[in-house]
Amino acid sequence: MTVILDVNGLAKTYTGHGRSVEAVRDLTFQIRKGELVCIVGPSGAGKTTLLRCISGLLDTSGGRISLDGTAVTGPPAGMAVVFQEYGRSLFPWLTVRQNIELPLKEKGLGRSERAAKIDAALEAVGLRDSADAHPWQLSGGMQQRVAIARAVAYEPSVLLMDEPFAAVDAQTRADLEDLVRRLWHQLGVTVLFVTHDIDESVYLGQRVLVLSNRPTVILEDVPVDLPDERDQLGTRSSAAFTEIRTHVYELVQKAKQGHRPGGR
Amino acid sequence: MKRVLLALGLPVVLVALWWVTSAGSTSFFWPPLSAIVEAFPQTWTADPILHDVLPSLARLTLGYGIALFAGVALGTAVGSSPTLRALFEPVLEFFRALPPPVLIPVIALFAGYTGWTAKVITIALGCLWPILLNTVEGVRSVDEVLRDTARSYRLGGLATLHHVVLRASSPRIATGARQALSIGVILMVISELFGANRGLGASIVQFQRGFAIPQMWTGIILLGLIGVALSGLFRLIEHRTLAWYRGLRQAERGA
Repeated sequence: MTVILDVNGLAKTYTGHGRSVEAVRDLTFQIRKGELVCIVGPSGAGKTTLLRCISGLLDTSGGRISLDGTAVTGPPAGMAVVFQEYGRSLFPWLTVRQNIELPLKEKGLGRSERAAKIDAALEAVGLRDSADAHPWQLSGGMQQRVAIARAVAYEPSVLLMDEPFAAVDAQTRADLEDLVRRLWHQLGVTVLFVTHDIDESVYLGQRVLVLSNRPTVILEDVPVDLPDERDQLGTRSSAAFTEIRTHVYELVQKAKQGHRPGGR
Repeated sequence: MKRVLLALGLPVVLVALWWVTSAGSTSFFWPPLSAIVEAFPQTWTADPILHDVLPSLARLTLGYGIALFAGVALGTAVGSSPTLRALFEPVLEFFRALPPPVLIPVIALFAGYTGWTAKVITIALGCLWPILLNTVEGVRSVDEVLRDTARSYRLGGLATLHHVVLRASSPRIATGARQALSIGVILMVISELFGANRGLGASIVQFQRGFAIPQMWTGIILLGLIGVALSGLFRLIEHRTLAWYRGLRQAERGA
């Protein structure tokens, strides 16, 4: 499989007000086309910084990020981001349909092509009946579905998700997790999913990248050897799940205590 | 139905009160309302409407339009750039503190007492500040996540300005525009008090100086009615364009 996202030696130091904070020290990992990879780390591990660097929203201080072989210097065309704050990421003056349509219009797609993609995306996230509602008329979970539909309709080569379900209730969260798995299967999109929830990372991912505390490096790249068909009850109660979960949990605990690989 | 009754209730009571208390009045300065009402159609015939009222309103529209355009354009630029903001803020505060009527003699020095130019400039300058300052504030407080979203979907500069920045600041811009409208009506009248012989404001002053007291009162009533009509028009436009904002606010309060 070809590498689609290549992060090499990524570093980010914030400077300002006469002091500098080293947020990310040295991150290297690859994501192959069609993978679903989760990044998990203790709170304050610079997860959002990392994601903002990869999405081109934040300048890096060192290292190299490339998407499809092209260096990322600003937001690249082949990437869509689903933010944690769904309520602030959707345009409240546009309807659900218009929210999905705006990036497509900007891409220069024709009217009928846009309509087809919007309908398909809404169908995929189960929101066909809410196309003409405004985002604020919908529940939190539905709003995040709209944001996901917008990202999916954009047809990115890599879909970045920044703790997208941190602000929804547990039941909605389980539904949305299954939605992500289903969309990933259906559309073959590459997904990089950042979360602080260990169970969620193991349940969703094919691999889990565990981050150290600040300044961030990768502590371990944990393969998730679970069957491809996952369900909330069976998978989560299986012995294999528990084993991987325990391992990741221990890694995160170590990260919190300041353990770093190879003394870096 | 109930809303109409509520909206009309107090005006009806006030007019009735005025009518009754002024009914037997023999005071020269305080004529009975019936006399004023009688004078109204005789005072505001086609000629004064065509040559006083409409030109006044046209100057108001022109000045207000200029202020709206310049205020939003300049406010967007200043609100988007911290450097411009640091540069402009003290100057803006200075000019905002000056009451616009004070500027009328100064403007007249350059643009002349008679004619439209000085009056339109006066109205535009007075209306500019609330629109400008509110636009700066609105543009500055556009949500960061919204900006990030626009950037990550690679919306171009114009699309971001049109679909994101201006839309997100529109509630604040509307607030400024509403304040500016009442200032504009005041300045429409005041700008005619100095060296003008035609216009709604000028007419009222001439009636007063000529001791045509009932006619003067009709002018004041007409001015009030214009104010009500303009604010009604403004609310209608606001109601339509900011429907999403009211919905959003309601949803936030309900949550």
